Order: sequence, then structure tokens, then C-alpha cells
Amino acid sequence: MLKIKDLCAEIEGQQILKGINLEVHAGEVHAIMGPNGSGKSTLASVLAGREDYDVTAGEVEFLGKDIMDLAPEDRAREGIFLAFQYPVEIPGVSSNNFLRTAVNQIREYKGEEPLDAVHFLKLMREKMALVEIDQKLINRSLNDGFSGGEKKRNEIFQMAVLQPKLAILDETDSGLDIDAMRIVANGVNKLKSKDNATIVVTHYQRLLDYIVPDFVHVLYDGQIVKSGDKNLALELEEKGYDWIKAELSNPIS
Amino acid sequence: MNKDNQILEELTSSEYKYGFETLIENDSAPKGINEDIIRFISAKKNEPDWLLDWRLKAYRHWITLKEPKWPNVKYPEIDFQDIIYYSAPKPKKELKSLDEVDPELLETFKKLGISLEEQKRLTGVAVDAVIDSVSVKTTFKETLAELGIIFCSFSEAVHEHPELVKKYLGSVVPMTDNFYAALNSAVFSDGSFCYIPKGVRCPMELSTYFRINAAGTGQFERTLIVADEESYVSYLEGCTAPQRDENQLHAAVVEIYAETKAEVKYSTVQNWYPGDKEGKGGVYNFVTKRGLCKGYKSKISWTQVETGSAVTWKYPSCILKGDHSTGEFYSVAVTNNYQQADTGTKMIHIGKNTNSTIISKGISAGKSQNSYRGLVKVLKRAENARNFSQCDSLLMGDKCGAHTFPYIEIDNSTAKVEHEATTSKIGEDQIFYCNQRGIDTENAVALIVNGYAKEVLNKLPMEFAVEAQKLLALTLEGSVG
Repeated sequence: MLKIKDLCAEIEGQQILKGINLEVHAGEVHAIMGPNGSGKSTLASVLAGREDYDVTAGEVEFLGKDIMDLAPEDRAREGIFLAFQYPVEIPGVSSNNFLRTAVNQIREYKGEEPLDAVHFLKLMREKMALVEIDQKLINRSLNDGFSGGEKKRNEIFQMAVLQPKLAILDETDSGLDIDAMRIVANGVNKLKSKDNATIVVTHYQRLLDYIVPDFVHVLYDGQIVKSGDKNLALELEEKGYDWIKAELSNPIS
Repeated sequence: MNKDNQILEELTSSEYKYGFETLIENDSAPKGINEDIIRFISAKKNEPDWLLDWRLKAYRHWITLKEPKWPNVKYPEIDFQDIIYYSAPKPKKELKSLDEVDPELLETFKKLGISLEEQKRLTGVAVDAVIDSVSVKTTFKETLAELGIIFCSFSEAVHEHPELVKKYLGSVVPMTDNFYAALNSAVFSDGSFCYIPKGVRCPMELSTYFRINAAGTGQFERTLIVADEESYVSYLEGCTAPQRDENQLHAAVVEIYAETKAEVKYSTVQNWYPGDKEGKGGVYNFVTKRGLCKGYKSKISWTQVETGSAVTWKYPSCILKGDHSTGEFYSVAVTNNYQQADTGTKMIHIGKNTNSTIISKGISAGKSQNSYRGLVKVLKRAENARNFSQCDSLLMGDKCGAHTFPYIEIDNSTAKVEHEATTSKIGEDQIFYCNQRGIDTENAVALIVNGYAKEVLNKLPMEFAVEAQKLLALTLEGSVG
């Protein structure tokens, strides 16, 4: 589904990604871990097409298509969803209005008829139940005055409504207490299928107790330095990132 | 009269060699303004002497005034002798079908969601006889007449209801009020008159009627709305469709008079030609709008969406004279490219327990300048006056300006006055967030701006609110990213 080859990116002349290679197939969950400043969030942003970053080398293929020249909205319409680390507040705009615009622009891109109000509401209700989100939250202005947990739950709700092929969760666990994390993880698990894939970007292992990854990659200094299964995450939790750093500086071990 | 005016007077009267009698046969007055021109206008309209006298008084006062320079706007000096103050409405060239209309204009109509019938009317295409608005108009007129509601052109009112016009004309905006109000009083061409009798609730938005009835607004328009005791009317003026006009200067006057327990809701959408992207051309819109809450528990509410004009200068105001009267002002003013707007309101609390609310939302884009200017004045005997003001500014890009000039004058210690102000920017973060959900930048800006202006747009009559939303988006098209 997603093939990243030698991806390099910089911001304001500073190189952050230094040759990322990663392949994600449908039905898989990948976790990308790493210490602060290793480039995790940059990778998520670059995949989503944020313009602050300059891609200097490499290729990204999504469903057989080179996406690096696509505008952010077209990547989204192709099926890439980014759950933001810091979801943005848009005062005066209801989730309803926001998502309806999104759903119908995606449908238009695919050459489908727009959803009418009745069908759209049905979709909303169905997904609200699925991710256990309160109607009251949906009625309020988008993320406006939401708590950290509410914002993250709302991200997962949007993901449920938009039904992406590839979901990238950028530090979705940050700022969540254990109950909120469980609800968010539940939502993600329910949305998982053999046709879609998830990339979980996280600093801590704890989210991975709830969203169990098939693969774990350690990102360090702009490169994936180690890959493994879920046990790698546990090992990291136990030994800390210094272990990886030490291993890298001492290639004999 | 000063020397300059004398010279002007001489110059204009020398050009004016055919004399008054001959002139009346013409459709237009020559350029310039003097007493003969005013007599000409009045005669053209077959006006009674008292109205001519009123106009002349206004003119004589006007020549003693100087153009106000205090607004935060810049424009080249206006030569008031280079303006034609009267020309009979020319029938537009009638087109056979919409195919003959400028496709760019049609595209705009489409984006605004204006119905085909209305598109035809606005562009001067012959309307299908079956759905000709005349029949609709007659139905409206009958319904209104049954209730005793008078709604007609100002000229018609002068002839049909002189006692009402005489009583209320200038009662809220005196002819001497300000430079442009005095000019308007001297030369106003036409406008609308509306009277709602005692105890009558006008059953329809006068918008619907007005939009069908609109024959193109004039350069010096005058509107007078009178709501008698315990009556109600919702009045809508303007149009979301872009209006091009060869007249650069527009100086309208709107007066609203509310008697005891009467309520008037006045909504307007102004979309005059703003000039091109380089700031050339465009209408100067210098308007005086004021409402008088004369009676106990009367209420006047202004809602305005300002997107057009090169220069806008207006302050729809409320004089809260009656005890327990209420004044409201809800405004969205958008400026883009080189547009300039200096707009706001005045709430003058005179009666006891009077209440006013001001919600102003400015949106600046391009290289435009957008100013809010508002006065809240509480007079000595206005016990327990309350005001709440909220003035928000939204900036798009970094070449535009937003300014707030709130004036508060309180002479009674029981007054409660609150003022809130915020300035925000449409962030790239917000746009990217929308993009990431599949929403393109154009739609993202529309969403964000309409969310920001929601409190005001909600006050507009339903079908108009939808058009106004689209209009905001259209005005700001291409201003981000």
C-alpha cells in the first residue's frame, strides 16, 4: 500500500529525515517509535503533504501512485488520514458542517454523487456509536475549547467518518489519561480491517498495549535504525532509547 | 458663501445657459449642484413646495459644511461639481437570453446560488410572461394593503401619504446632520418608504417583495421606515449579486422610527463594485443610517454584511430614547485587495433601562484596511443602561490592517458597559487541517470565515444567510495560499 524509498526532508535548511525506507501493506499496523526530535512527526507531516517541509530526495508511492507531487487535499482524498498531535480549533464551524464538506469533496474527487443530508446524518450517527463519542461534542465548534482527550477522540471520530485507507496517528496518546487512551485505542481497533493500514507514531510503549502493532520501527536521527515485532517496543520500554543509541555507536555488538 | 463656492456658482450657472424651463424637458441635469439643479430635481418629481423648501434648506446648509476627514480612509478628493445629480432611469437594453450575458457574471451568480429567474432580472433579460414578477408583486401588494401597510417608493409616498412623509422625514437624521446627509437631503432621487400601522405584524420579510420590486438603487437614495405602536417589520435592503454602477459616489440616508413597543429589524447586504485588484475604480459608499427608538420598549436591530465598495463609511446607529428600549448592531465587514472600510455604530442611551448590543466582525485580506468605529454614549438620565460590545478582527495575510476605535462616554454611574475585542489570523494550521481532511483551500477559507461570522450571519433572514455565506467566500477567493 505504502512504499517509502530513501525519503529525505528538511525544514529551513535543516535536514530532519535522512533516508527513510518503509513498506506498509494492507491489514498491517506499524508503530514508529523514537526519542524526541528523531523525526517521527516530520515523517507524518511529510506524508500528509505539509508545505513547511522540503522533500529533498526519495519517493513515496501510495496504492501504486507517486504522491509527492499531490496537494495535501488530494492525498487525503486518495485515502491518507493524519490524526494530528495538536488538532486545530476552528471556531464557529460545527463538526457536522466540517465533515460534510470533507466527505463530499472526497466523493467529488472520486466522481461520486454528494451525500444528501439524510444519508450523511445516518453515517454520522453510525460512526458516533462506533467510536463512543458524545453528540454534544459533535454539536460544538470544531475542537474549540475541547480538552486534550476530547480533541483526540474527535480525531478518531473523523477517521471513522472519512474511512481512510491509511491512517497515521501522530502521538495520539500524548496528553491522554489511561481511560481516554483506552477509548481512543478501541476506536482505532474497531476501524481496523484487512483493507486498511495504520501507522502509529508514538514516544511511549503504553499505547501499543491497546493497539497491538505487527511491526515496530525505531526512528533515530532521521533514519529507521531498527525494526522488529511488538517485542521490540517492550524492549525499548525496558531499556530506554539510550540502548539504541549505544548500540548504534558500537556496531560490533 | 465663501469665495470658492461663489466661483463655482458662477462657473456652473454660466454653463447653464438654456435656463430652467428648457432643462425640464431633458432627462438629465447638467453636471454640478446649485439651487436651480435642486429646483429642477424637485420639479421633475412634481414635488410639493414644502419638500422643495426642505431640499433648499438642506442645500444651503450643505454649502457651509466641509467634507469630513476623520474616517480612517483615503481616497482622491471628490469634485462635487463634476457629478450629475439627476438623470432619469434609463431602461436597460433588454437581452433575449442569458447566453448574451457576460459569462463571468453568470459564474458569480452560480456561485452565489441565485435563481435563474432572478439572474435574468438582474441582468435585464426578458422574463417569461408566466412567471413575470408583476403578478407576484400584485399579490404582495394586496396582502400588505389589507393590513394597512404602506410600502412604496419614496416619490410615491410624497404624493400618496404626504402627511406621514412630512411628519417623519428628517426626524431621525436631520438634514443638517452631517455633510453627506445634508447633500442627500438636497438632492435625493428616490428610495423606499415603509409604514406599519399600530398593532400590525408584517407577515413577510419585506425583502422578498423588495428584491422583486427593486428597480436598481440610486446614487442618493433615501429610505424611511416608520413602525407605529406595537408593530413589527423585518426589512431587507440590498442584494448579494455584484452591483456595478457608473456612479462612484453613493450617499444614502436611512431613517427608522419606532414607536412604543414597535420592533424593526433591518438587514442589509452591500456588494457594490469594489474596484479592480489594483484598487482602481469602485464605489464610495458614504451612508447615514440611524434608528430612533422613540417609544417605551421599542427595538431596532441592524444587521449588515458589507463586502463591496472601494470605500465604505457608515455607522448604523440607535438612539434609545424610550425607556426599556433596545438597540442592536450585528455587522460583518469584509475588505480585500485595496478596499477600505470605516464602519461601526453609535448607541445613544437616553431612556431608562435601555439596552444595546454590538457584535462586529471585521475581516481584512489583501492590502485592505478595515476599521471598526463605535460609540456607546450613556446620558445623565439614562438609569441602568446596559451595553455589550464585541469587536473581532480576522486578518488574512500580512499586508492588510484591522483597526478598532471604540468610544465610550458614560454620564450615569448605574451604567454597565462591557467591551470585548479580539484579533486573530486565519492560520496556515487551520487551512492545512482542512486540507488534510480532503477540503481544498478555497472551501477551507469559506468554512473558517463563515464560522467566524456565524453570530452575525445567523441574524439574517434564512434564505439570505445562505447567499451571504457564499458571498463572503467569493469576496475572499484567492486571498490565501
